[in-house]
Amino acid sequence: MRSFTYERANSPAEAAAAAARKQGAKFIAGGTNLLDLMKLEIETPAHLIDVNRLGLDRIEPTADGGLRVGALVRNTDLAAHERVRRDYGVLSRALLAGASGQLRNKATTAGNMLQRTRCPYFYDTNQPCNKRQPGSGCSAIGGFSRQHAVIGASEACIATHPSDMAVAMRALDATVETIQPDGAARKIPIAEFHRLPGSTPEVETSLAPGELITAVTLPKPVGGKQIYRKVRDRASYAFALVSVAAIVQRDGSGCVALGGVAHKPWRVEAAEVELPRGAKAVTAKLLTDAKPTHENAFKLLLAERTLGAVLAEARG
Amino acid sequence: MKFETPATTNPIDQLKIIGKPADRIDGPFKTTGTAPYAYERHDNIANPACGYVVGSAIAKGRIASMDLTAAKTASGVLAIVTADNAGKLAKGNFNFATLLGGPEIEHYHQAIALVVAETFEQARAAAQLVRVDYVKAEGAFDLAAVKDSGKPARITGGPADTAVGDFAGAFAVAPVQLDATYTTPDHAHAMMEPHASMAAWDGDKLIVWTSNQMIDWSVGELAKTLGMPKDKVRLISPFIGGGFGGKLWVRADALLAALGARAAGRPVKVALTRPMMFNNTVHRPATIQRIRIGATRDGKITAIGHEGWSGNLPGGKPEAAVQATRLLYAGANRMTATRLAVLDLPEGNAMRAPGEAPGMMALEIAIDEMAEKLGLDPIEFRILNDTQVDPEKPERAYSHRPLIACMGLGANRFDWSKRNPAPGRVRDGRWLVGIGMAAAFRNNPVMKSAARVRLDNRGVVVVETDMTDIGTGTYTIIAQTAAEMMGLPLDKIIVRLGDSTFPVSAGSGGQWGANSSTSGVYAACVKLREAVAQKLGFNSTEVDFADGQVRSGNRSVPLAQAAGESGIVAEDVMEFGDLGKKYQQSTFGAHFVEVGVDAATAEVRIRRMLAVCAAGRILNPKSARSQVIGAMTMGAGAALMEELAVDKRAGFFVNHDLAGYEVPVHADIPHQDVIFLDETDPMSSPMKAKGVGELGICGVGAAIANAIYNATGVRVRDYPITLDKLLARLPEVA
Repeated sequence: MRSFTYERANSPAEAAAAAARKQGAKFIAGGTNLLDLMKLEIETPAHLIDVNRLGLDRIEPTADGGLRVGALVRNTDLAAHERVRRDYGVLSRALLAGASGQLRNKATTAGNMLQRTRCPYFYDTNQPCNKRQPGSGCSAIGGFSRQHAVIGASEACIATHPSDMAVAMRALDATVETIQPDGAARKIPIAEFHRLPGSTPEVETSLAPGELITAVTLPKPVGGKQIYRKVRDRASYAFALVSVAAIVQRDGSGCVALGGVAHKPWRVEAAEVELPRGAKAVTAKLLTDAKPTHENAFKLLLAERTLGAVLAEARG
Repeated sequence: MKFETPATTNPIDQLKIIGKPADRIDGPFKTTGTAPYAYERHDNIANPACGYVVGSAIAKGRIASMDLTAAKTASGVLAIVTADNAGKLAKGNFNFATLLGGPEIEHYHQAIALVVAETFEQARAAAQLVRVDYVKAEGAFDLAAVKDSGKPARITGGPADTAVGDFAGAFAVAPVQLDATYTTPDHAHAMMEPHASMAAWDGDKLIVWTSNQMIDWSVGELAKTLGMPKDKVRLISPFIGGGFGGKLWVRADALLAALGARAAGRPVKVALTRPMMFNNTVHRPATIQRIRIGATRDGKITAIGHEGWSGNLPGGKPEAAVQATRLLYAGANRMTATRLAVLDLPEGNAMRAPGEAPGMMALEIAIDEMAEKLGLDPIEFRILNDTQVDPEKPERAYSHRPLIACMGLGANRFDWSKRNPAPGRVRDGRWLVGIGMAAAFRNNPVMKSAARVRLDNRGVVVVETDMTDIGTGTYTIIAQTAAEMMGLPLDKIIVRLGDSTFPVSAGSGGQWGANSSTSGVYAACVKLREAVAQKLGFNSTEVDFADGQVRSGNRSVPLAQAAGESGIVAEDVMEFGDLGKKYQQSTFGAHFVEVGVDAATAEVRIRRMLAVCAAGRILNPKSARSQVIGAMTMGAGAALMEELAVDKRAGFFVNHDLAGYEVPVHADIPHQDVIFLDETDPMSSPMKAKGVGELGICGVGAAIANAIYNATGVRVRDYPITLDKLLARLPEVA
């Protein structure tokens, strides 16, 4: 771990301004991901801005009947919140499918969105990795790639986004609210929040330097059966091979997002019109242009079959 | 004491304390955080310096240059040890790769430097400033690719090749044949406590607080490596947070702590970080196994052959996967062959039940496949081919072999008769349900073991032996042995372990620890009984030790009084004769498993497990059960998820942390039962006990594989059985 300076911010605007001012600054909230990465010198911030006391830890109803989730709401609290359990079941289930009780007690809503990939080559500083060290190459391509992306990847990076929560947020059409260093607020639809790797896999979101997430807003409840199905090698405490977040209405319409298959939660709205025709039809459109590796090609069939099971469950 | 003839009745047979499910006497220390582990011996050294290991970034080649300038001047740094400045180091007898590499690099994450600083954080930060230029060399990293270059290699207790009768001829004409190839991947011990040591020099004497299974071997290894006389080295290892074979020998932490302490001029502690453990230390090597079985139509095996391939660093040993096949089933014509190729991956070495664990993963699927070809129940097929003698040397009988009883009892308890032998027919909601079984088999080695016992004037017996408790319950069974022998309650026994100044024990390995080390304590207690009787003027053959009293005829003296002010000390060593050669001594069992396989996703979830074990006298059913359920859990990991993923280009295990190398979590293991046959084996030792800690893992993987086959009709011969190997062959989702 490199030495760093530390400050505790007093307001969101001040935090964002400080982040823009200091070279190599990072925000720290729960620290469940950042501190691990700092110990391995994968992240080497020169300055940490502690945002834990900014009062962004409330869950409040919005004027249009939705819910505003403060950036610092802990995963445990969000999963257990009465409105979330009642109106956004897919989110509660996704949260509980992730990490462990201890981690969820620390991890925040914004931090979860910003989790970095669990690609083992990203974690081993002896190995080339474009995400960790731009231009050094991608070791996962041609290497151990069982967990990696099957769609939306690039020649530079085939990492996946590890979050469960973000997959549910994508299915729910959440909006990320931020404050910028100049004090201006911004709303980013979740579809535009996470990026594909392209030639700059080190840039993972559309956040500008210094921009701070203040809340994630959920639209008015859409009802329907809300299912999160996470498939993994062991029964708990593992990242998804494939996960499915689905909201299925009585008439068979709905929406679907996949985790474990891409650099971001994977959703293709145009594929959802196929929902009444079943999983095969949906995944055919959802995963068009998939380019799996030899080791992870099974994810295509797994996604289709898992979605099939989810739709069967939704029909109940 | 020499154990050369079968045990007769002795004080252990009273079973007042032995055989009872006593709680661990070290349990309160562990649950209150007062059991001192190697990295936290603040009770001995208040403020040691901290060492951080720098591992090689390449798998094979050499260091062209190493720039320590920045690291040396970093805050808090006291010393940096490298092969350049460490002085002359020899290589131990038990490690094939050198523990401090450079300039030659033999494997990935081989230690090439130790940075010593005032604090751990300073050492780590400075270690990351060490700049190394390497010249990479080509290496061999893919077992399948180099398998055919494998050379015959001797296995523990046997030659590379064995042959009886005419295997090829008998197999060729057998009316029912199986010829199948199985693979097992590299496995990590993944014990909870990492390798850790703290070293302090006192002139030319070295003390190392460490985490090690075999104290005396490791004193010798460390002394040899450092070029010191053995009597100048002391090892202390009273508590060990798991080893599974990964701590049988000295690893880099102990050597580098010693070198670091010498360089820094003060005590130094070193722990391997979790990501370093997987490539720096040792692992269970991957295997490729070909098994051929020929049988008559009515199910008698006429030919059985097992060939095993593995790879290791030059000078390394093979994984003896064929070991069980030499002994387990009858068959007049037989062969085994072990081939070892050179691989430049980290060193392969012993892990819980080396040989038998991966061998049985293959053999017991093969037996299931053969039973199906024959239309026989798998238990019936095993009964038909049971043997009461070593099938390679029929003049050697088994000392005791109740495999059939294990299978029968297990079948009864598990409701085996309700299993549908046709695969893929049982459905429970979203789950395809299947039941499978496998035999369990592991040899019962014994090792010379000594102990010292001291009776004091409070009537307390202190037992000292360099035996280790690696989480197995050794403290407790040693206390039970001494209590039984001396007629004392358990709370009058104090057990001190893991110090090289104590008499040399069997150590913990190869499931020999419990039986051998308690036999050593038995021998010392026999001497102590004699000394007590002699002191009191009793005829030692007519003395009874019970209830804290020594009785002879109508005289009765409290033990405390007999000890007198100065106490009485006795020491002895148990040495084993050739009963193990005359008779084949093994442990047996049967594993039964029910699995559910998700019909859509092919996720495999275990529903229930049962092991029936025949392992001689069970010294403590509670700790023995813990050993077996732990082994079953480890077997479940091997069956379903554990695999060190090899990067065949760069030559290392990629998933080198516990996020990437998955072992079972609680949710994977819903229900386990263990039954021990009530038996003794007088050929084994005066304790009439055998090993059990490794028996529990042998066969579990195959029982799970066979249950998955029964659930789905998909036969997977390549471990681990992850969902991707099943998915495409499951029925369409509705």
